[in-house]
Amino acid sequence: MILVKENRCDFCGTCVAVCPVDAIELREADISIVHATCIDCDICIWVCPIDVLSSDQKPEAKND
Amino acid sequence: MTDYDVIVVGGGPAGSMAAHAAAEKGLKTIMLEKDRDIGYPVRCGEAVGDVALRQFMDPRPEWIAATITKIRMRSPNNTKIDFDSPGAGYILHRRIFDYALANRASQAGAEIQTRAYVDGLLFENDTVRGVKYQYMGEPRTLSAKLVIAADGVESRIGRMAGIRTAIKLRDLESGYQVTVGNIDIDQEMIDFYVGSNWAPGGYLWVFPKGDRMANIGLGVIGTRAKDYNSHDLIHDFLKEHYPKASMLTSVCGGVPIAQTLSQITANGIMLTGDAARMVNPVSGGGIVSGMHGGKIAGEVAAEAISTGDVSIKGLAEYPRRWRKAGGKSHEALHRISESIYDIDDDKLNKIAAKLEGVPEKDRSLLKIFTTVAREKPKILLDVTRAFTGF
Repeated sequence: MILVKENRCDFCGTCVAVCPVDAIELREADISIVHATCIDCDICIWVCPIDVLSSDQKPEAKND
Repeated sequence: MTDYDVIVVGGGPAGSMAAHAAAEKGLKTIMLEKDRDIGYPVRCGEAVGDVALRQFMDPRPEWIAATITKIRMRSPNNTKIDFDSPGAGYILHRRIFDYALANRASQAGAEIQTRAYVDGLLFENDTVRGVKYQYMGEPRTLSAKLVIAADGVESRIGRMAGIRTAIKLRDLESGYQVTVGNIDIDQEMIDFYVGSNWAPGGYLWVFPKGDRMANIGLGVIGTRAKDYNSHDLIHDFLKEHYPKASMLTSVCGGVPIAQTLSQITANGIMLTGDAARMVNPVSGGGIVSGMHGGKIAGEVAAEAISTGDVSIKGLAEYPRRWRKAGGKSHEALHRISESIYDIDDDKLNKIAAKLEGVPEKDRSLLKIFTTVAREKPKILLDVTRAFTGF
């Protein structure tokens, strides 16, 4: 499952752009993952410029 | 009978140009912006070419933070290649510029609604006939003969219409930018750093913002973004190069450097700007290309509505005119971007060393071209050409 650090998010939409199944809802200052749609491909985690997203299966998904 | 002739989704330059063009042709037009402000937050380096901008309007002094006459490219080992480029362009105040474009649209008769988040489309017989949106959290609908989706890199409206807009990792730059104060730079120079130390598969930019300020940002190619964090890279860069700078703004953003979507229309809808992937794939610049796409979309909207055919067939002029206006060079630029963002640091340094040997007074683009013609791929040249619009 994709987890969101909401306080960290800048709401830029980069994750939304790459999501292959359109499972991210993004408003002016509000983001949520539609878990029923999400396929846990993790590419949103990779592209986020500030590491807002993570996976509960792979908490160390991103290496700095 | 519909509520509007045209609904434009998104209030950036592409949306405002589309709304302006549609309203000017007499269409009843509304533009919906999800945020509370037009023009803010600014997820953009704010650079624009003079010639490119003048295709649409003369620049106004209040839009301009800095006037650019010089370009510097730096290789990974910090070899600096400078080009004089008088009349190259500007660093804008997007906040003011976007406002002016929206105001221009409204003065042509377009309505504008902020805090209007479009979360669905209305359909009638496989044709888009309006939008569902939330205004300050309250669900509403509006019907229209045509929807123009200028909803930026996310491009969700197109998906709702069945167009595949999800972007590939290799076609996206994951970016971060700070606007800093207390920085001593040449306020007429834009300064680029290429190579893997600061921007793997992308570049880092230092753009003057007037009054000892600058936009400093970078983009990392999506395929390598997993191992890099744009935020941390920018902070490391500032520490190393401009330790006294203070951050006035910081923003994230994704830059689509894809080829324009092969499908930018569906029945009752047109996609434009970043949403249609019209950004210059080498420079990452999307202001002017978005304005161009938006303008064409607004004009075609008027023609299609007057003939009563808003089907894909009725909108066929839109992709045709986009391709004629810039689509062909856009495709060439995409091919260049695919090759240059894979060049390793050694190669970049080698090219820079060769360019450095050209005396500065002879460093015209043509001279550079002949000097490095045998050196392929010719990244610095291609990048510079993309930025200066040659």
